Amino acid sequence: MSEIPLPQTAKRVAPWWLMRHETMLAAILIVALIILGFLNNRFLTVDNLLNQGRLTTEVGLIALPMTFVIITGGIDLSVGSTVGLCAILLGYSWKNFDFPLPLAIAFSLLVGAAAGFLNGLVITKVKVPPLIMTIATLALYRGLAEGVSQAHSVRGYPEWFYFIGQENLFGVPAQLWLLLIAIIISGVALDRTTFGRTLYAIGNNETAARFSGLPVDRVKLIIYTLSGFMAGLSAFVLVSRVTTTRSDMGIGYELDVIATVVLGGSSIFGGVGTIWGTVVGLAMIQLLKDGLALTGVKGDATIVVIGAVLILSTLVASSLQRRRGGV
Amino acid sequence: MTAATFARAEADPRRLFKALASQEALLAIAVIGLAIVVGLDNPRFLATRNLSDVLLGNAYIAVAAVGMSMVIVSGNIDISVGSLIGVLATLSGTLAVDGAPIAITWLAPLVVGILVMGLQGVVIAYLRIPAIVVTLGMLSILKGGLISVTGGKWITDLPDSFHLADIELFNILPMPVFLMIVATILAAWWMRYSARGRAIYAVGGNAEAARLVGISQRRTVVMVFALHGFFAGIAALLYATQLRVIQSTVPPNLELTIITASVVGGVSILGGVGTVIGSTLAAILIAEIASALVFVNVSPYWIRAVQGVLILVTVIADILRRRRMAGA
Repeated sequence: MSEIPLPQTAKRVAPWWLMRHETMLAAILIVALIILGFLNNRFLTVDNLLNQGRLTTEVGLIALPMTFVIITGGIDLSVGSTVGLCAILLGYSWKNFDFPLPLAIAFSLLVGAAAGFLNGLVITKVKVPPLIMTIATLALYRGLAEGVSQAHSVRGYPEWFYFIGQENLFGVPAQLWLLLIAIIISGVALDRTTFGRTLYAIGNNETAARFSGLPVDRVKLIIYTLSGFMAGLSAFVLVSRVTTTRSDMGIGYELDVIATVVLGGSSIFGGVGTIWGTVVGLAMIQLLKDGLALTGVKGDATIVVIGAVLILSTLVASSLQRRRGGV
Repeated sequence: MTAATFARAEADPRRLFKALASQEALLAIAVIGLAIVVGLDNPRFLATRNLSDVLLGNAYIAVAAVGMSMVIVSGNIDISVGSLIGVLATLSGTLAVDGAPIAITWLAPLVVGILVMGLQGVVIAYLRIPAIVVTLGMLSILKGGLISVTGGKWITDLPDSFHLADIELFNILPMPVFLMIVATILAAWWMRYSARGRAIYAVGGNAEAARLVGISQRRTVVMVFALHGFFAGIAALLYATQLRVIQSTVPPNLELTIITASVVGGVSILGGVGTVIGSTLAAILIAEIASALVFVNVSPYWIRAVQGVLILVTVIADILRRRRMAGA
């Protein structure tokens, strides 16, 4: 650098935290909450907000490891299919293999982790680009779900199984506690551990990270496995909430999850992103869905909006980054 | 390499072996071999009726895979094409029912296809947003938009003259097969021998080198996506006119089948390599497998898993082969 660096404070017109993507997003979120509250008096009620939290958990659980994956510059398109496969294997192993239900749940979580592990293994060992590997397993895992289930659904679970998806714990939907715990663990792991810092190092410059002696392949293997495992957990919560198992479960989740992470300020080019941002992004997406639903827009039209949000937020983020000279 | 070594290579019998081991030859052998194996088990599989149904019903996938192959060769990907085909088929059918001239109903999907894909190409090339983000967003915009506008209803009462796929050239060559062959041969020839066609390989193989020899990467990407939209338009037209009715929804996972055809056809996902002859053969092979499953009493619900395995195996083989070549 040839210029004499100016004192940092001289350039700043606003404190650093106010200019961050996440803070701006949170401000937009609060404004949107207030406007929607004025437009519809059913919106800004504790009941509605808690119910929205219930609905968003399944996407939220997957968005956390997806944040890790996107920070390393990777992507996982197979998460929706993994949800479908895990849901089917949960129901199928219980109904057809006569597994006790707790074992069936554990089995489906294991299958989720294995599905993610396979992604990670081929990505790190064979060096297949994550995009292509997970497109292949997007087809494969959905195909396995369809092949195993033969499009039959499984229902009639015992009463206790519905707790996580439908009941409340201390007045809050049970699955929200699960999401909260996952958020805290992911947030701490990303921000306060060597593991988390390694993710940024990989995303910023993988070759440099490798030459610095960081366990790049092992870390990637862990995050893709985690992504599959969380898709399995999401499948468990989803089946418990909707009381039935079908092979088309989780179709299109990859859109919601990736839109959430990208809207939350993670760069699709890698190296940038926070769990806090993803949480705000998650709230934004759910708010958008609920707000549109309350104003009478049907579900199919909401995915139009989410698609547009995905493209536009990437556009804004990349142009901001370019202006700062980031890319 | 001198002229002498070149001549020796010509005479080398290994050259013949090499030609036979090409992806296209392997696929052709697989297409014929599978027909024989399944035919031995169940001779009805080889009935002219069944084989022509397989070809006629899936020619549109081969046509769409031609465009997809160009996109992948240029180093990009497109997962919105299935939704686009659904939208274009609905557009064409709706125009036909509303009494638009047949020429308009056939031209509209081509024009709109070029515009939508061209727009995505512009966003990808000039605004530098990764193709996966743009096309994932567009997938949901088109899919959600189509269902919320039409409600997924069936389009019926299509005029007879609308059915392009029913036309038989010289009373023997059905239009879908004719278009599939023409699209494949023209595209293969163009990609191999024209400067613009070669530019696609250059951009996908080594963008920096392409730039240094004066090829505009951006313009090439926009051109590739516009062409891809054109082929998607033809595919949509074949899809819309093959049955008496059109359901105004997005055919589920159509984009995956098209991507599978391109990748299995030997188009390297690392860009820069592949031919559309391979992708057309692969599209036929995939359709043949789907049909064969029924004849050997395997549930057709397994077809997507088969597609997934096919992509995986081809991609891993491609990368291992490249690594070995780089090592040798």
